[in-house]
Amino acid sequence: MTMIEHNKIEGMAARMAAEEVKGRSPWADARKRFFKNKAAMVALFVLLLVIAFAAFGNLFATWTYDSIDFSVMGSAATQGAPSIANGHYFGTDDLGRDLFARTIQGTRISLMVGIVGASVAVIVGTLYGATSGYIGGRTDAIMMRTVDILLSIPYMFVLILLLVIFGRSLSMLFLGIGLISWLEMSRIVRGQTLTLKNREFIEAARATGVPTWKIIIRHIVPNLLGVVAVYATLLVPLMILTESFISFLGLGVQEPLTSWGALISEGSGTMRYGTIWQLAFPLGFFVVTLFAFFFIGDGLRDALDPRDR
Amino acid sequence: MFGFILRRLAVAIPTLLLLIIFSFLLMHAAPGGPFTQERALPPQVLANLEAKYGLDDPLWRKIVDYVWGIVRHFDFGPSFVYPDRTVNQIIAAGFPITLTYGLLSFILAVVVGVTLGAAAAIRQNTWLDYLAVGVSIGAQVLPNFVMAPILVLVFTLILGWLPGGGWSFQNPDYWIMPVIALGTSYMASIARITRSSMLEVLSSNHIRTAKAKGLPARKIIMRHALKPALLPVISYLGPAFVSMITGSVVIDMYFSTGGIGKSFVDSALNRDYAVMMGVTILVGALTILFSLVVDILYAWIDPKIRY
Repeated sequence: MTMIEHNKIEGMAARMAAEEVKGRSPWADARKRFFKNKAAMVALFVLLLVIAFAAFGNLFATWTYDSIDFSVMGSAATQGAPSIANGHYFGTDDLGRDLFARTIQGTRISLMVGIVGASVAVIVGTLYGATSGYIGGRTDAIMMRTVDILLSIPYMFVLILLLVIFGRSLSMLFLGIGLISWLEMSRIVRGQTLTLKNREFIEAARATGVPTWKIIIRHIVPNLLGVVAVYATLLVPLMILTESFISFLGLGVQEPLTSWGALISEGSGTMRYGTIWQLAFPLGFFVVTLFAFFFIGDGLRDALDPRDR
Repeated sequence: MFGFILRRLAVAIPTLLLLIIFSFLLMHAAPGGPFTQERALPPQVLANLEAKYGLDDPLWRKIVDYVWGIVRHFDFGPSFVYPDRTVNQIIAAGFPITLTYGLLSFILAVVVGVTLGAAAAIRQNTWLDYLAVGVSIGAQVLPNFVMAPILVLVFTLILGWLPGGGWSFQNPDYWIMPVIALGTSYMASIARITRSSMLEVLSSNHIRTAKAKGLPARKIIMRHALKPALLPVISYLGPAFVSMITGSVVIDMYFSTGGIGKSFVDSALNRDYAVMMGVTILVGALTILFSLVVDILYAWIDPKIRY
């Protein structure tokens, strides 16, 4: 599921490190370019709508995500279709549970997984990569070799192994996704750190006796933010995909909680009986949100990458 | 070259060992044993059983035995849930199916992806280019578990052309949807990577020289542009292969194809740790082997790499 063009991001990292700051702040420049990018702005707007749906949608729901409408139960194909009259705006599933409320619930979990995974990647990956790149030498070799080894493990299988052995729970899912998400990030960050660490301001800091950890936190990490921001935005949809994949297999979140993957799985199982809305609504949210994240990520990259100025 | 392969092997083998030991420790940490049942066995019987299967050995001994069994006889031990089947039998039943559609899907993704990407780059800013870019953006958000239901909806439920599931080695009708569902998103990624690297190569100096000396376009593209343009594609093949194997789990579940993905999920739901580990280790070995092949291929194609 490598949808991110790593060579592009790495190339961008090198160019960003090489760029000298003159006059205007590069962040103000980037913000201006980002706001001019129509696709990214539309995507941002759509994403805000999805977030608002997850946050406030429940105010409009007449049912909760785990309550059963007994008048519909068992005959979802004939009576469970989307309707305003009985409050099931998105229809119901076979058990008579309201799909509108369940989609809100699923959206919350999926977005949470994406954000938690990306946050772990940002924190762990940045620190790991910056440390490895800045210290260099044997430490760097060992740290990066470890990442290589971890990357060559079929993580999805190990993640499922973890979930089964230690029990399926949300925290285990977060932990498992967090364990893998930082690997690529640390590689990219290390690459940029290597180009940063020989610049004059780092040398000046070293000459005045600033301790190593302080140089990393104060001087290296702030200069990595551009690449990290772009990569993190592109990582969120990947994390959502990972979680959806596991939930699609029925190994992710447990009932009555749900996520996009679980809803899509259920919908695709029951569509043979004519309940197409069970697939259509979650799938629609999934596709739209992923698109939005990819476009925002691309927009950020174009905005922060000085090459096309 | 030989030294390079040896050096890569020197990393690959410890990685695989690490994976085996890690998954063994995970399994060991799991609560309950294979003979834990609702009606507890008499302690003497339990002790005898454990002695027979070596369950009372110290931990290091168990790991060594397990690894030795795999190395020497390629033996992953018995299944914990199906008393009459070994892990090897379960894997042997599903693996040929996974391999068949996986390989076809991989070939499809590479051939169509590279052709589409290269054609889009050569005819930049024409309808062909826009089509290719559009398809590859769209396919980003259509992973296998989204493609599969959509394909079934269109080709089975609406058009009624293809069987909605099952597997037969004789009838290729059963192969079509698994192959397409598994391969589409990789095809799109390969097309995008090929396009951007081909565009870069086409604007480079050596292509201008080739054009200047009057070589026919066909020859320029086939001989001078395609090979360097394929380098990023090759480095993408490693990760693509891994996630395609992973994706086969979804295909097996959704189309009931009966490959190893099905055994994996079933064993995960049944807590049949032996089968889970067997599949994980097999996939890990395939992954490591494949990335080795990709590295060698890369070193062979890219003249800049010295081993």
